[in-house]
Formats: sequence, C-alpha cells, structure tokens
Amino acid sequence: MLRLVVRRLLQLIPTLLGLSVLLFLWLHKLPGGPAAAMLGERATAADRIRIERALGLDQPLWVQYGRFLKRLGELDLGTSTQTGQPVWEEFVQRFPATVELSVFAMLLAIAVGIPLGYFAARRRGGWLDVSAVSGSLLGICIPVFFLAFILKAIFAVNLGWFPSFGRQTTGLNATEVTGFYVLDGLLTGELDAAWDALVHLVLPAMALASIPLAIIVRMTRASVLEVLGEDYVRTAESKGLHRRVVRGRHVLRNALLPVVTVIGLLTGSLLSGAVLTESVFAFGGIGSFLRTAIDARDYPVLVGFIMFIALAYVVLNLLVDLAYNLIDPRVRVH
Amino acid sequence: MSTKTDKIDRLAELTAQTETSTGHSLAYEAFRRLRASKMAVIGACIIAVFVVLAVLGPWIAPYSPTAQAWRGEVLPAQSVFVGPRGENWLGLDHLGRDEFSRMLVGARQTLLVGVVSTLLGFTVGCLIGVGAGAAATLGGRLGRRIDTVVMRFIDMLLALPSLLLAVSVAAVLGQSLTTVMIAVGVVQIPIFARLLRGAMLAQGGSDYVLASQALGVRKRRIVLGHIVPNSLSPVIVQATLSLATAIIEAAALSYLGLGNPDAAVPEWGVMLAQAQRFFDAAPMLAVYPSVGIIITALGFTLLGEAMREALDPKLRS
Repeated sequence: MLRLVVRRLLQLIPTLLGLSVLLFLWLHKLPGGPAAAMLGERATAADRIRIERALGLDQPLWVQYGRFLKRLGELDLGTSTQTGQPVWEEFVQRFPATVELSVFAMLLAIAVGIPLGYFAARRRGGWLDVSAVSGSLLGICIPVFFLAFILKAIFAVNLGWFPSFGRQTTGLNATEVTGFYVLDGLLTGELDAAWDALVHLVLPAMALASIPLAIIVRMTRASVLEVLGEDYVRTAESKGLHRRVVRGRHVLRNALLPVVTVIGLLTGSLLSGAVLTESVFAFGGIGSFLRTAIDARDYPVLVGFIMFIALAYVVLNLLVDLAYNLIDPRVRVH
Repeated sequence: MSTKTDKIDRLAELTAQTETSTGHSLAYEAFRRLRASKMAVIGACIIAVFVVLAVLGPWIAPYSPTAQAWRGEVLPAQSVFVGPRGENWLGLDHLGRDEFSRMLVGARQTLLVGVVSTLLGFTVGCLIGVGAGAAATLGGRLGRRIDTVVMRFIDMLLALPSLLLAVSVAAVLGQSLTTVMIAVGVVQIPIFARLLRGAMLAQGGSDYVLASQALGVRKRRIVLGHIVPNSLSPVIVQATLSLATAIIEAAALSYLGLGNPDAAVPEWGVMLAQAQRFFDAAPMLAVYPSVGIIITALGFTLLGEAMREALDPKLRS
C-alpha cells in the first residue's frame, strides 16, 4: 500500500509540471502578457515597461519559467487586482464555503441517486425505471445556472421557503471556528446558526447536485443490471440464500464499485458547477469569486484558480484510486 | 485513471468485438437496432426539426430579429415587457424585439456554435488520435514511446474540468463568437484523441491487420485504409453526444460573460444570459431559450446514447 502511494505521488510530478508549463505559456499568451495581467487593464505603457523590468520579463523564457515555478512552490500566486489581497489568502478564506456546498450537494446526489438507480434496475421497464432514466437524461441537458435560477424563483422568491442568497442571515453573529458554517453551529452549540446555514445550503446544493445525481442514477442502474445477470447471483439464489442477503452482499456490494469511482471524480468536477451555482446564489465561495474575477479580468485569480483546481482534481484522483484499492481486492493484486 | 477516461476507453473497445453469426456487418446490425430504438427515433426527430429551423429560420421568422417595436407601443403595458400576444407569439424582449423571431433565427447560431466547435474538437482530436494510434500499433518501440508521451499530455488535459479549460482559452483569445467555438472545441480535443487511439489499438490486434502486414501492405495503407475506417463508429457516437455538451457549454460561457459580445446576433445561450438580468420582471424570456437548449441537447443525447447502446454487444438481447 505504502509503495503504491509513493509510486502514485511520484507519477503526479510530471503531470503537475506539465500543467505548470501550460499555465506559464497561457499567462504569456494573455492579451498584454503577465505585466498587463498584474497591472490590470488601466496600466500605462510606462508602468508596463517598469514592471516588465522589475519582474525580469526581459530575461530568457526558461529563466522566467524557473521563477514562476519557484513562486508556485511557495504558494505565491500573486495579488488579486480586485481586492489587493494575496490570491492564496483569498482562496483559503473562501474555500470552506465551496467545500461545504460541494459536500452537501454530493451527499444529496448519493442519498437520492443510489437508491433510485438500484430500484430502477430492479424493476426494469417499470414506471420508476422509465422516469429515472428520462429524468437523468433531462438532468444532464439542463444548464446548471438555469436550474439554479428556476429553483430560486420558485422556492425562494415565490414560495419563500428558502433564502435566496448568501450563506447566512445577515446580523446573525454566529461564532466562526472552521469556516464550515453548519459544522461551526454544531461545534459551538449554536443550533439556530447551524440550521440557518443549512437552510441557505438547500437550494444551491439542489442545483449543483443535478448533474452528479443524473450520472449516479445512470451508473448505479447500469451497474446493478450488469451484476443481476452474473452467474454468481444466480448461484447464490439457487443455493437458497435469503433474498436480502443476495441483494445486499452479492448485488449491491459489487454494483457499487464503479459508482464509488464515479462519485470521487464527480466531486472534482463539482467545482465547475460551483462556479455557476454560487454566482446565482451569491454564495461567497471561490465559485462566485471566480465569476467576478472573469468580469474584472483579474488574471492572477484566474491562474491561481486553475492551478488550485488542477491540484485539487489531481489529489482527488489519487484518493479515489487509493480508495478503490481498499475496496476492490481484484485491483489490489496488480 | 478516471471514469472519464474509463468511459472513453469502454466506448473505444466496442467496435473490436465483432459478431459473425448474423452474416451482416457490425454497422448494419447497429443501424438495424438503432431504427428499432424509440430513443433514437425521438432524438432524430428533435434534431431534424432543429436543423430545419436552423436552416429556414431567417425566412420563416415573422419579423427581423433586430427590429425594435416602438417605445410608445411598449410602454402602455403594465410592465416594460410585452408578453405573448397575437402578433408576437412569445412577446417582446427587453429591447422590444420579437422573441419568437429571435428564437427562430437564434437556432441557426446555436447549431453553428455546436457544429463548428464539435468539428474542431473532432478534427484536431482525430488527427492526434490517428497519430498516436498508428504509432502505438505499427510504430515499434519508438512509436509506443511517442504514444505514451502524447497520451500523458492528453490525460492531463482530460483531468482539467472542461468549463475551466474553456474559460482559460476564452481569456486568452478575447471575447467573440469564434472564441466561444474554439473554447468549447478545445475541450473536446482530448476526448476524441483518446477515443480514436483506443479504438485503433483495439483493432490493431485483429487478424485482418496481421493479414495485411503479411501481404506486405504499406503501413500508411493499413492505418488509413483498414484500421481507421473500422475504428470510426465510436468516434461518431461521441460526436453526437458532444454536440449536446457543446451547446450547453456555450450557454455556460455566455452566462459567465465570455459569450458573443455582438448582441445583434441572436443565439440561445446569449439570449438566456441576457434574460437572467430581467428574470424577476420577465422570467419567460429566460425560459424560451432554455427550453430550446434543453430540447436540442436532449435530442443529441438521446440519439447518441441510442447509438452507443446499439453498438454495445453487451446490451444486445
């Protein structure tokens, strides 16, 4: 296991290096180059020359790349042109909101998706199956931000069941410990604050969960259908094992293997959806931050965001692989 | 490494599993199953209607998509927005333009964005895929090494969330319709490359390749004349599915403010992005283009999924 971890970690190095080269070149190809990226759009030509010299942009490209890499290693992602704060700090401050939203959305998708997919497969061709399959096809085709708008219009604006924006009712004065508001409320015993944060999460999480939910339903259904046709299921049934045992131990356990992988990787891709969802609900995570960064052409934030997400994605991939190793004995042998 | 790649690889392997019992070619069998599939028929019908609208849109639209109704005519209504009425079936948009005409004309732009970006991803991806696949199957040790390097790079691109990749491309190229197409197309490149390469690898071990090698057929002829034509069906399936994601992704880019800045050209994604601002006053203006996008994407997804099922020997009954 340890050898595997080390090997996989070593395999990450070329991937990350390649990414950094891409990012470096990308930054150079941006309109105006890195100097403009740092100064923003309103810089004068004199400013640019001064900055270019100060940054060593007149030196060979590989020297510049070396410096870029060194800064990345020190987590120095530059300064946001919108807020004037270091990009890294901006991210760290906003990351809990996005993580909280993503985790909540994922839990929602899993809690609804796996049972739905399972029962759809068990009654193949029934009304539940047909509606689950068509619902999941539809779920993939609805633009996430449009779904978010619809949910907001119906449940927040018209019915008033849920708040329409933010993470917390203003003026609540909840104690902040970890930055995960629901968890904070529980930790400090301020149950009303935890409830308040939870209520704020419902609509954004529903919108964000739509695509993972659709994929989980389809994966679970396909996977259960495949396992149901396996010989060992028939054997177990003809041995006279109790139905519940066969379903739990033989069908579900084997069928969930591919679903686990999908879940891990979907968590990474949730970050894309979070950009769209968060900005509809003004949620205050890195998603809405990126949205404003795009509007303001805040390039340091864009570069930082891509590196940040790529890193998160790669680490998630690694964790999924390792988890898969733990669950599936067949993979472990190789 | 990831399910994204797993899914691509699975699709790639499908064509290699040929069935000989029926005496018909795999493509013929797949087409027969496709015609019997309700999903495929519905999908194809939706696509047909969409394409007809896209082609004829500007001629059957009752008004010019840019003509604005007189302000005096608009203002007497309770709100600035005029809802559906006899002469404007879907009402007027925020600038007093006929929404129905804009939807009709917009279909063409939407189709154009989808087709051009998918074609871009398809072409570049397939070129990379053919190169890597040919190097891996017939290129010897050096070829396999080249293939490994290329695929590492492709996998790296696959590892990035697609929207993020599109946003970074759009940031470099500035804001225009071409940018949207390129940004959405670039995202598709690694998918097509990996798919075609995988399908070619699956074909590479088959008897007819060995036979042609034994006959002394030139390598280029084996690759282009034998392996590639036999590896294309999963790529075509993916292209159909990609058209759906391309249209949705283009709408997301528009929403993020990276869409076509030329507001005079109606396009569903841009229309949706603009309508969000007036969502409280005129929610239907956002609903029309969304429904258009959803139905179109659904059409391509239905047809693509049905094609995938028709090709998949495991799902045959």
